[in-house]
Amino acid sequence: MERLLFGDNQFFGINHMSEEKARAQALRFQALEAVIEALDAAYDEGVRTFMCTTHARIASVCDHVRANPERYPELTFYPGMPYAHKYANAVTESGLLGALRRFLPDEGLLDAAMRSGTSIAKKDIEGVTTLLIDAEMRMFHGLRTPVIFLQNVVVDLLLGLGLTDAFRIFAEHVAASYGAEPGFITMNMPALLDALEELQIPNPIVCSNINKLGFRMSGGIARYERALREREFRAVAMSVFASGAIPAEEAIEWVCTQPNIESIVFGASSRANIRSTRDLVARHWTPASQASSTAPPRNGGSDRPASNRTTHSVAAVSGG
Amino acid sequence: MIRVGVVGLGKMGLSHHAILGAHPGVSVAGVCDSSSYLLDVLSKYTGVQTYDRFEAMLSEAELDAVVIATPSRSHAAMVHSALCAGLHVFCEKPFTLSPRDARSLAEFARERCLVTQVGYHNRFVGAFAEVKRLLDAGAIGRVTHALGEAYGPVVLKPAGRTWRSRRTEGGGCLYDYAAHVIDLLSWYLGEPQRAGGTVLRPVFSREIDDEVSGTLYFSEGHTAQISVNWSDESQRKMSTRITIWGTTGRIYVDRQECQVYLRDTAALPTGYGCGWNVRYTTALTSPVGFYLRGEEYSAQIDSFVHRIETRQPDGLNGFHSAAVTDNVIAMMLADAKDGHAAPREHASSPGARAGRQRWLRSWRAAKVPGAA
Repeated sequence: MERLLFGDNQFFGINHMSEEKARAQALRFQALEAVIEALDAAYDEGVRTFMCTTHARIASVCDHVRANPERYPELTFYPGMPYAHKYANAVTESGLLGALRRFLPDEGLLDAAMRSGTSIAKKDIEGVTTLLIDAEMRMFHGLRTPVIFLQNVVVDLLLGLGLTDAFRIFAEHVAASYGAEPGFITMNMPALLDALEELQIPNPIVCSNINKLGFRMSGGIARYERALREREFRAVAMSVFASGAIPAEEAIEWVCTQPNIESIVFGASSRANIRSTRDLVARHWTPASQASSTAPPRNGGSDRPASNRTTHSVAAVSGG
Repeated sequence: MIRVGVVGLGKMGLSHHAILGAHPGVSVAGVCDSSSYLLDVLSKYTGVQTYDRFEAMLSEAELDAVVIATPSRSHAAMVHSALCAGLHVFCEKPFTLSPRDARSLAEFARERCLVTQVGYHNRFVGAFAEVKRLLDAGAIGRVTHALGEAYGPVVLKPAGRTWRSRRTEGGGCLYDYAAHVIDLLSWYLGEPQRAGGTVLRPVFSREIDDEVSGTLYFSEGHTAQISVNWSDESQRKMSTRITIWGTTGRIYVDRQECQVYLRDTAALPTGYGCGWNVRYTTALTSPVGFYLRGEEYSAQIDSFVHRIETRQPDGLNGFHSAAVTDNVIAMMLADAKDGHAAPREHASSPGARAGRQRWLRSWRAAKVPGAA
């Protein structure tokens, strides 16, 4: 994974601090051209992984990228599925099974019908889960998706219910059908690591809030810090600025001294902000900052130059 | 370890089940729903004990408490059965569809010293709680007027096949969305005396209201305007906001932020100055042990569990406060129907008490209906 991942919250009017800011962003990114412009700016500034939801508007971004392969030779997508509000609204309107039926393929795929029919009859979640994953992944056809994330609302719901077999099904299906590594977005990182360890999913990619304020780091910042020091996983940090509550430099400086963070997801609306985040990370993500942290030995530890590490990105996707 | 059962595994029930499942002080001892498919999946993959009849769960699961998240119409009877079984009860909102039921159940629970709570989760949102703190401190002086709004994209076309599209089941924008606004206004400003100018209008629905507007009148002369619409596609999800005007300032609040303007005549709370003050959710929100969809959902369950552990029947969002909200909803329904406000029955009046006793006696004798 790249050190910096470009998130998409800003495109959908998601801001955890202010509805006014969220609406201003929704207005700004109403036209697809504005989204493409921001994505182009990130790409040109060297941020070439787009961590995005499976919102219907992302399908248009995918179409654009497919139509212009020469413009984006290195662009990589990290899809995060599902776009939860789509399902939540459908459940309110049609009930749980009604919503499931609505999102399953309806294009006369005999195989799909068999798979869903059999699995519903057998109360087997494997068939339904893999069908839903395939439905969400259709928009990324022909694009590079080396990591596929399960969104936090679903991850944390399954985690709380104890329906963790679904994580294994997800991991196996994205590996087998898409050659991708599974990623898990969560607001409960330490608890999720326990569940993934029990399922024997080794060294998982886990994206969670990691910020100096401890904002939405459930169970407390101390447990997160200990997990980063001691647990074997590939951490992706999101909400590093806590929706703007922490000044940018202070936020980046702090997160760069945390051990075992492979990537940071961040969202930005302008080229200037993208560049400034990139430069801040370049300045603070140094061998020295990493040497001062105590990464687990399996990751190369502090004696390995940061430039050789394949981990560390700052992601600005976030849940809730 | 507190043994909790969950009845009704829709969106809220599943969410409560997950939060309870992650709670270190709770064991989910049973779940109950009418969907055998869902029960079979949960049983097969999580091993939780499942029931398709509420009575069976009550008698067999050895519960300490129950979370009721069924369609609203069934709340009253289920709450009554649970209280009769000596269980602490967390019930989804709206509490009941009849203020008389609500008050009687609140009294019944109080007599039995049981912990009760209704899922008005906004009272556990940091920003909304900050406003309560400011008002209690008299920060904006005497309140003169308020505006309570909620908008969201629930019913965007003429369809809808669930209980939420039926008035008799407790569906509609008034019960579902406006209830939150009414509950916050009652928390902030006290119990409204009457409702006026209420308009409940469908936008796309056949049977139910998609838009709610009206005025609430309070005993000290102040008023609150309500404007609620769940057919508003411009909102990504439900957005609730309250504005309050007082003699020494003005407060605007939504779940993300609290904007406060204080005049130089205001009694300034600690940390606040004259002019504009803004407090963001990032600073106002207390962390929770497990997060799903918002801190408030976990915080309200934490509070319920804590009150059971420490035997505190009284607390935030108990049945008595939810009964106030139910009563306001009934006043608005009557006002919309008649074009004027219905007289309010005071909870403490002798007539109300006698009626309550009669009703409880008849209910105790009644057969309890099955799970929704």
